[in-house]
Amino acid sequence: METVTELMRIDAGDTSWLLVCTALVFVMVPGLALFYGALVRAKSTLNMMLMTFVAAGLTAVVWTGYAWSVAFGHGGRLWGGVSQAGLSGVVTQGTTNGVTYPVPLIAFVMFQLMFAIITVALISGAVADRVRFSAWCAFVVAWVSLVYAPVAHWVFDFGGADGSGAGWLAQRGLLDFAGGTVVEINSGAAGLALALVVGRRVGWPQQPMKPHSMPLALVGAGLLWFGWFGFNAGSALQANVLAATALANTMLAGAAGLLAWLVVERVRDSHPTTLGGASGAIAGLVGITPSCGFVEPWAALVIGALAGTVCAFAVRWKYRWRIDESLDVFGVHLVAGVIGCLSLGFLATTTVNASGRNGLLYGGGTGVLGTQLLAVVVVLGYSFVITLVLAKVIDGVMGLRIDTEAEVTGIDLDQHLESAYDLSSANSGVLGQHSAAHRSEVN
Amino acid sequence: MRLITAIIKPFKLDDVKTALEDIGISGMTVSEASGFGRQKGHTEVYRGAEYTVDLVPKVRLEVVVDDADVESVLDAIVKAAQTGRIGDGKVWSVPVETIVRVRTGERGVDAV
Repeated sequence: METVTELMRIDAGDTSWLLVCTALVFVMVPGLALFYGALVRAKSTLNMMLMTFVAAGLTAVVWTGYAWSVAFGHGGRLWGGVSQAGLSGVVTQGTTNGVTYPVPLIAFVMFQLMFAIITVALISGAVADRVRFSAWCAFVVAWVSLVYAPVAHWVFDFGGADGSGAGWLAQRGLLDFAGGTVVEINSGAAGLALALVVGRRVGWPQQPMKPHSMPLALVGAGLLWFGWFGFNAGSALQANVLAATALANTMLAGAAGLLAWLVVERVRDSHPTTLGGASGAIAGLVGITPSCGFVEPWAALVIGALAGTVCAFAVRWKYRWRIDESLDVFGVHLVAGVIGCLSLGFLATTTVNASGRNGLLYGGGTGVLGTQLLAVVVVLGYSFVITLVLAKVIDGVMGLRIDTEAEVTGIDLDQHLESAYDLSSANSGVLGQHSAAHRSEVN
Repeated sequence: MRLITAIIKPFKLDDVKTALEDIGISGMTVSEASGFGRQKGHTEVYRGAEYTVDLVPKVRLEVVVDDADVESVLDAIVKAAQTGRIGDGKVWSVPVETIVRVRTGERGVDAV
């Protein structure tokens, strides 16, 4: 652990970049809220958006309390320990994570907090329109504590300067630059598990539950893409060639994913759609998340195109399985996350990142692919099982679902006593009476 | 007096409005409506899932007229709204017992 004297070696360029990236990743919070909020019906858009925003609030508190320490405390192979609970001593330290970086530790703490927020918020898409808000809050706290923090430790904690106290997957040389396992597979598996416990929406899939605003969905997807530059390129933790390569790969994979999904739709459904383009970009961005710091630009195009194509088909599985995994957290994030992680077994090269490994195409043998596969299976399994248990416990203790009548009327009114849009001239101008009428109707 | 209600294709609203103004009808109420008759709706695709939208958007136009004007108004609406294709809509009239102009309190034909 670095001491206060190490702060003298803070690099202004690296630190500026990390601070900017931290704020960039936070843009993904409103980005995700808009994207998810637009994809549900108008009567539940506020609840959808607030599920993401409240995840930011709760996770920040839990992160400060103990989750940062559990994730990055260099405590041992399975968890980081509680030595830095309450962020004790953090503000006087530089950053050591396997090697030493000339950036303040508190900047790295905040950068990683944003990852935790986005990951748990992603899960909410699986259970749109129907979960009690208090139960969701309990889930966020429990999931960040028992799933996110340990998994982040396994993958992202490279230990002290001598590697002591690193996570077990990091020790095995897993390649995951910005969270293909920790963020994407983790949230996708959890989304599927939570959707299974919560159950289908009333009327799904017979009743149409189509997105209510495609323009907002595109704004949301655009903000996600924007924030993703910070997410991926910031993970270099330095303002250098690696960061620039990661940023380029992020752009290219998003572009390839967008085009690939549009082509699939044009051929399969006859019309390319706005939601298809946005979803394809996100699939490509998910696919490049683990690999952006290990592959060449042409490979980013391949990974993005592959993720966009496969996910365009994967999002239809839920109809065959009859699982109302509402906004395709599994179909996009898990599927593209697996593609991104496994692709490194072939496409990783040490010419891009000297501290990485070579995949099959670069003469590295099957070793990388083996490690990637192990990590995919373990993270998927751990997240799915623990989430299933957590959801069952929360359902038993406080109940996850709102009642059927409230769900049909709209969760916004039931849980928040608000409505997203009031475009009718008849309703405005009589606010007092209006809300009073709603209140008596709800009670 | 009679209330004439017309359900028409939205893009025909301007034509119908002009036709009614041409025969001296000076007021009307227009609202957006949706429904279906023989015309089928359409299918939208979101992330590969098809959604059938069976309620077709229409415009509902209402106008209260003197008994003597009913036939000419019906003719004007039908002529202006017709495309000859399925989904052109319907027009009907019903008797109106009383009508009051809110501003002056006038009743009957004077209030039309």
